Amino acid sequence: MATIYIDGRSYEVKDGQNLLQACLSLGFNLPYFCWHPVLGSVGACRQCAVKYFKNEKDTRGEIVMACMTPADDGVRISIDDPEAVTFRASVIEWLMLNHPHDCPVCDEGGECHLQDMTVMTGHAYRENRFRKRTYPNQDLGPFLNHEMNRCIQCYRCVRYYHDYAGGGDLNVFASRDHVYFGRSREGTLQSGFSGNLVEICPTGVFTDKSLGRHYTRKWDLQTAPSVCVHCGLGCNTIPGSRYGELRRVRNRYNHDVNGYFLCDRGRYGYEFVNSVRRIRAPLARTSNSSRQVFISSEEALAHAAALFSNRRKVIGIGSPRASLESNFALLTLVGPDNFYAGISDKDFEILNLARKVLRSGAARTPSLSQTREADAVFVLGEDVGNTGPVLALNLRQLARRKAAKFMAGVKIPPWNDAPIQRMAEFEKGTLYIAAPCATGLDAAASRSFHADPRDLARLGFAVASLLDPANAPKPADLTEIEHELAGEIAQALSSAARPLIVSGAGCGSPSVIEAAANIAAALKEIGRPAEITLALPEANSLGLAMLGAAGGIETASSLLRSGRADTVVVIENDLFRRCALETAIGFFDAAKYVVVIDHLVNPTTSKADLVLPAASFAESSGSLVNNEGRAQRFFQVLAPEAPVQESWRWIRHIMEAAGCPEAGQWNRLDDLVAALAAAHPVFGALASAAPDADFRPAGGKIPRQPLRYSGRTAIRAQIDVHEQPPPDDPDSPFAFSMEGDPRQPPPALIPRFWAPGWNSVQALNRFQQEIGGGLRGGEVGVRLIDPSPQAKAEYFQDIPARRPSEEGKWSLIALHHLFGSEELSALSPGVAGLCPKPYVALHPEDAAALGVVEGGMAKVAVDGATYSLNVRIVPSLPRGVAGLPVGLPGAPALDLPALGEVSKEGLDE
Amino acid sequence: MDRPLTENIRPGEGPPGIAEYERAGGYRALRKVLGDADPQGLIRTVTDSHLRGRGGAGFPTGRKWSFVPRGEQAAHPVYLIINADEMEPGTFKDRLLLEENPHLLIEGIVIGGYALQADIAYIFLRQEYTLAGERCSRAVAEAYDRGYLGRNILGSGFSLELYLHSSAGRYICGEETALLNALEGRRAIPRAKPPFPPVTGLWGKPTIVNNVETICNVPQIAEHGADRFRALSRSVDGGTKLYGVSGRVKKPGLWELPMGASIREILEEHAGGMRDGFTLRAIIPGGASTEFLPADRLDVKMDFDSVKAAGSRLGTGTMIVLDDRTCPVGMILNLMRFFARESCGWCTPCREGLPWLARTLEAIENGEGRPEDMEILRRHAGLLAPGHTFCALAPGAVEPLQSGLTIFEEDFIRHIREKRCPWRK
Repeated sequence: MATIYIDGRSYEVKDGQNLLQACLSLGFNLPYFCWHPVLGSVGACRQCAVKYFKNEKDTRGEIVMACMTPADDGVRISIDDPEAVTFRASVIEWLMLNHPHDCPVCDEGGECHLQDMTVMTGHAYRENRFRKRTYPNQDLGPFLNHEMNRCIQCYRCVRYYHDYAGGGDLNVFASRDHVYFGRSREGTLQSGFSGNLVEICPTGVFTDKSLGRHYTRKWDLQTAPSVCVHCGLGCNTIPGSRYGELRRVRNRYNHDVNGYFLCDRGRYGYEFVNSVRRIRAPLARTSNSSRQVFISSEEALAHAAALFSNRRKVIGIGSPRASLESNFALLTLVGPDNFYAGISDKDFEILNLARKVLRSGAARTPSLSQTREADAVFVLGEDVGNTGPVLALNLRQLARRKAAKFMAGVKIPPWNDAPIQRMAEFEKGTLYIAAPCATGLDAAASRSFHADPRDLARLGFAVASLLDPANAPKPADLTEIEHELAGEIAQALSSAARPLIVSGAGCGSPSVIEAAANIAAALKEIGRPAEITLALPEANSLGLAMLGAAGGIETASSLLRSGRADTVVVIENDLFRRCALETAIGFFDAAKYVVVIDHLVNPTTSKADLVLPAASFAESSGSLVNNEGRAQRFFQVLAPEAPVQESWRWIRHIMEAAGCPEAGQWNRLDDLVAALAAAHPVFGALASAAPDADFRPAGGKIPRQPLRYSGRTAIRAQIDVHEQPPPDDPDSPFAFSMEGDPRQPPPALIPRFWAPGWNSVQALNRFQQEIGGGLRGGEVGVRLIDPSPQAKAEYFQDIPARRPSEEGKWSLIALHHLFGSEELSALSPGVAGLCPKPYVALHPEDAAALGVVEGGMAKVAVDGATYSLNVRIVPSLPRGVAGLPVGLPGAPALDLPALGEVSKEGLDE
Repeated sequence: MDRPLTENIRPGEGPPGIAEYERAGGYRALRKVLGDADPQGLIRTVTDSHLRGRGGAGFPTGRKWSFVPRGEQAAHPVYLIINADEMEPGTFKDRLLLEENPHLLIEGIVIGGYALQADIAYIFLRQEYTLAGERCSRAVAEAYDRGYLGRNILGSGFSLELYLHSSAGRYICGEETALLNALEGRRAIPRAKPPFPPVTGLWGKPTIVNNVETICNVPQIAEHGADRFRALSRSVDGGTKLYGVSGRVKKPGLWELPMGASIREILEEHAGGMRDGFTLRAIIPGGASTEFLPADRLDVKMDFDSVKAAGSRLGTGTMIVLDDRTCPVGMILNLMRFFARESCGWCTPCREGLPWLARTLEAIENGEGRPEDMEILRRHAGLLAPGHTFCALAPGAVEPLQSGLTIFEEDFIRHIREKRCPWRK
């Protein structure tokens, strides 16, 4: 700790900070623009000026920038010094010379850092009488508005986008008072993390275009803490809604998970909630009609209850995108032996393998934020940029961390960004990537290797065997390159202080995960503090695996075909995305009666005899388990219009109608959480993921609407002139109101970051224990699995054979897309526009041998079906390997990897 | 009088080729250095010579050199960079050396490089200096041919590569750290210090940046020693100085004189005094970013400490003369436009403040000034102070304004009161 003196009073601050961090951590109102807790200090905006005194006797002092001055022991400064106060007001005055006076019509208005800082410095009257500078704006694609006239040249956008996120297409152009931030040419921003610019920009240059399409003023947004549902990382979000519509998603800082940033899938995927494909009322297929017709909830429940009283044999199909509570409710309804995972048997095997590795493997899995602290990383088989985007963003920081470590040696503190960033640009981090083809992260890697998943697994096994030659199994007949590369990787990992192995379900190959687990185990065996992170596909993939199921879809299907079951209840799942088309069709053909509880029309709901409208994540509360094994609670942001309700509530009503005894005990979410904890010891701590619905620290509920809420309006007067009472919410301590406890809630219940004088997202400073540190009040979410520290390395022995070179057979592998491979986000208009069309990717020489060109057509035959697909040439693909995109709208669902045939589409067809 | 920098220069005849330069004693200093001097001793000699940087800031050269880490563990390559981005308005001293005596510069670079145990040297040349570029290129090629550059120079075991790099053409590139960014292919914006270039400079390696004139003084110091160099001067700073005069004098030009020659001597003896019909009002002593000295300060000695004591800076030592038939507001406006245009756009006070000043001055000069404009100008002169801005550009830019507001206050007020420029017909 260091003692510093601010305006004559002494304060204890953490060592190694700069004065701005120290002042903000202490709660002082010191304005700033160019500094950012993640991006560090560069001293550009000059806004955080304070008076610095050399010693006790120095009464004159000098102006310094707080962000560029270390908060060393004994430092004396004044924030209130008149010269410093005047200078800070002058900086705002300069920024305002060219900033337009368009706050009333600006999308940023009301949560604008520039507005806050202007008020904070006291600058009010304009003395400049000259014309303002103007710029042309650019169309940057579906996610961001660009209004350069508002720019105050803080440089945070390029420092974030280019330096931190590795984006190559946003830069700074020109100079003097005509500096321009944009693209060299108009066009969609290429980085998958562009949306963070909305929060990085201190004013209205980059604003959320999706919000703009259904704009509401920021202080009229009703918000609640939530968790992203678009991949397995579990980033925390703050969705905002008004008038029954979801308007936007913002980042919710969680020190242990996502920190300050989201990916664009997570930020912009939310619009499926407002989709025209939403199911708003129960649908049933009457026996004499093939059409589904709307029915009342009572009729629907009567239909459903009848299934259970008619001695039908019912199985449940759960879902990795449904909450733990909904899956558990279904499991309870049908019984554990009749509960199936709702993914293919192979995907279920992979999830179970992942669960096993994370729970009883030798190495611990780090939290998402801890992945930023690794100093050597081996990514095996996973295209993390597309399957766990924020993880990729973290891994990208290896070079910066390495540079920061070097700079610390020449006494440059980690917050002094410019020298660290310069060095990071020519010194790569210790990052090795082995993947089927080039990934977005390859540019940041010290070395990358592209091969068929089987060969990737073999490389992984080779690394493990080099680390622990005595015990780990060794693959035979490695190529010279593989052997040399494995040696280099083993050397890098074993000499690192915090080595991290990253793998996941992306390849669809259990061997790849086993190889990754072997490396982690081998490192532990030789005494290295290895960690392993597995990217898992969906928001509750791991939760589903932990809950357990009798199998995947194929197993369930054979049960149906055997006649041992005849009725199916599916929750929040489209089985046509999960398995080969034939399998899905066979499944529904075999089922006599199908109930689907989901929120969107999809091929599975259209197969249903009874469809019940489920609440989406935004309209419900529940728990999800991310790939770390962290259970996190998401809360209802808006109340759905009846009869839409949570899947578990539908199930509860069915149980009630069918006379099941449990139903009476399940009146609210907390009851299910308790029942789940009681039934499954692994979920014993689930209740501590967030305070329960009775949480009332000061007697009141936590308001979902901010203090600045406009209040009720006449917008629905044409429906009913009477004000409706706010909806009830038995499941959470939140109220649909602006009234309630005005104090900062505990971290799991923060519905928005706001503090007096801090209306922008920068108000987060006021919620942290220290700047960039944890939220006041402790961790958010609860880790449910941790391997025992005594866990011994147990090696997987099953090394796959080298890819067979069967004549005419191609190795078909899975390729993932940030935009398109995830089901729900692909229904958001912005994301939908960026989804690629289905294709088959080929190596250029393979394409030439087949006689096909980029954009031409090729036939892919697999599992007895043939598909015509556009050809995409991907030079980094191995020869004889064809890449097929996963989950794209219109793309066939395939069980990959697989062997198949690729040929040129003939003219005769 | 000794003119070690310019004695071989024959204006109009082109620079001496390598043979001619050698005949006149050129590269003798280099042979001597490579023969016997130890690098550390050479740095001590330069320190003892009281050579101060001629680029404007006047930092003692020997001290700067001593900051480069030494020893077995020291980082390499070490870079020596010659700042030849001479873009200060009114300054044209380095141009003479670059165009007329490039071998002196190269010899200085190799000797300096040896003292620093540098591996690679760059000449960072102002874009518009194309003639200098041609002549330096030829000289560098000649020096490589004779083994004064490259691997194992003169069999000494010391190697130095020298590259000529032409700037992309911004004033800020002359700022030491912005120069490094420009040389690395980045935007030419200054760097925060620390880290200082001698420790973490070009591409993160130890780097010394010296001005052309500074490094041209090194051969004579190496050959004749510190005492002889100090004896050349009339002040505590060693050596001679290239002094220049522009403006309405009889003989504008550039002269090599002992450091510490008085303004009067330079102006009256060498520049021939004011042209007929023009009266001296003030001078800017060292390039555009130094404060005006009024006409009654002609006896100030042109060395770093004396000019500072008089309330300005020696800067580059090339003075701009303001006469009574030129509008001082117009002159300051002209300078302010330059600085506003050349701001790199990194820090707020410079990027936004200078254009505001330029527009305000423009309004005053055009008869559209308002009384409150004086307050805006005065306020900025104080606000754009060293330390308030990221680098020295804006503080330098307001130096002529700040002093001008005092010396020419009446002229400013007349502009505003009469709503016109009194100098305009």
